[in-house]
Amino acid sequence: MERYNRHIILSEIGQKGQDKLSNAKVFVIGAGGLGCSALQYLAAAGIGTLGIIDFDVVEVSNLQRQILFGSSSIGQNKAIAAKKRLEDLNDSISIIAYPIKLTHQNALDLFSQYDIIVDGSDNFETRYLANDACILTSKPLVFAAIYKFEGQVSVFNYNAGPNYRCLFPSSPKKGMVPNCSEVGVLGVLPGIIGSLQTNEVLKIILEIGDVLSGKLFCYNALSLQTSILKIIRNETSFQSVLERKKDFYKTQTNFSCDTEVNSVSIKNVSFDKTLQLIDVREPHEQPKITEIEVTYIPLSQLESQLHKINRVGTKVIFCQSGIRSKRAVQLLNTLGIVNCYRLNEGASELKNYINTPNKTH
Amino acid sequence: MQLRIKYFGQIAEVTQKEEDTIEFQGASISELIEALYSKYSALKYENFQVAQNQELVSIESKITGNEIALLPPFAGG
Repeated sequence: MERYNRHIILSEIGQKGQDKLSNAKVFVIGAGGLGCSALQYLAAAGIGTLGIIDFDVVEVSNLQRQILFGSSSIGQNKAIAAKKRLEDLNDSISIIAYPIKLTHQNALDLFSQYDIIVDGSDNFETRYLANDACILTSKPLVFAAIYKFEGQVSVFNYNAGPNYRCLFPSSPKKGMVPNCSEVGVLGVLPGIIGSLQTNEVLKIILEIGDVLSGKLFCYNALSLQTSILKIIRNETSFQSVLERKKDFYKTQTNFSCDTEVNSVSIKNVSFDKTLQLIDVREPHEQPKITEIEVTYIPLSQLESQLHKINRVGTKVIFCQSGIRSKRAVQLLNTLGIVNCYRLNEGASELKNYINTPNKTH
Repeated sequence: MQLRIKYFGQIAEVTQKEEDTIEFQGASISELIEALYSKYSALKYENFQVAQNQELVSIESKITGNEIALLPPFAGG
């Protein structure tokens, strides 16, 4: 076929390899930065069946990096908008859009219809769900994740290699690790990293080259430094996922991480000179913390009193119950002020703690 | 022993640098982490795994190499 001529004339691929691509079924989780990048080359390469799952809609702030979309896609579901664009790119393949959330209830059924799973999601709940569902359905997982200017790529659950839990055993506490919408990302970064994911998919299907299994590839767009770190397979992590198979369908998939913020318990706070303790309650609220230095900025005035907040060092923010302090951290994060933590406890508990003589700090 | 320590992602933001060279006498990775916690107190709030000579290791491991990396998970896509 003329379309795939430049593949077919490569002796490593040939017509036989191109037929393998045509017969392959690849499922891409997320049509965001990574997904848009990976999907373009998967479609262009002639992957016979492409599944795309994304429940989200296109927003104008996505266009800086999610290059399957244009102004006319704003407000449309991402999976459907991606399918529309990719059908124009290659009308000889079959593209299936799933405008839904990936959950514990649908993951196993969806994965079993495909050969390879590509993880381009933007939260840990989906990443661990995809990892576990790949173990339960025996599918290779082509993983990538990005942060600001850095990317990670690996292939999990492939040829007796490790899975994501062998690298990071369990999901970080909610809000501990921000995603792109919270901290920003260099637009071209998912382009580079998503292309590396497609490269791994093609090697797996074509059975050529060295697949990135048992290794984590790390990329830094600013320094152009790359590292390949070896990951050891941990049998226990496979066993613990397999043991939970019966209950997998019943597990509640919790996507609330986007709204969570960094938080900390009193006993883990180091009350040193670099710490700024901020009380976001209104002036009349009791008890007042007078024992140690506290900056008072009611939540309602936070934006107008930013000059009171230290730009460097850790900020721990508290209120009466933890609701306003959470909003304060969210607000400060969106204003680009980092190292802010919500205190898990309220003002009364903080006061008690400070007045406890045998505390450890 | 002189150790070269590389910091990735959010860890490099806490340490304000991508690399450290330190003189360290302890025996295990966990002792090294304790030492780094006292050098960078905000590191306590971070989630990371440790690689030694380009291989992911548990924190109970003995220090046998001189290149250490602190690797956080990334969520973004």
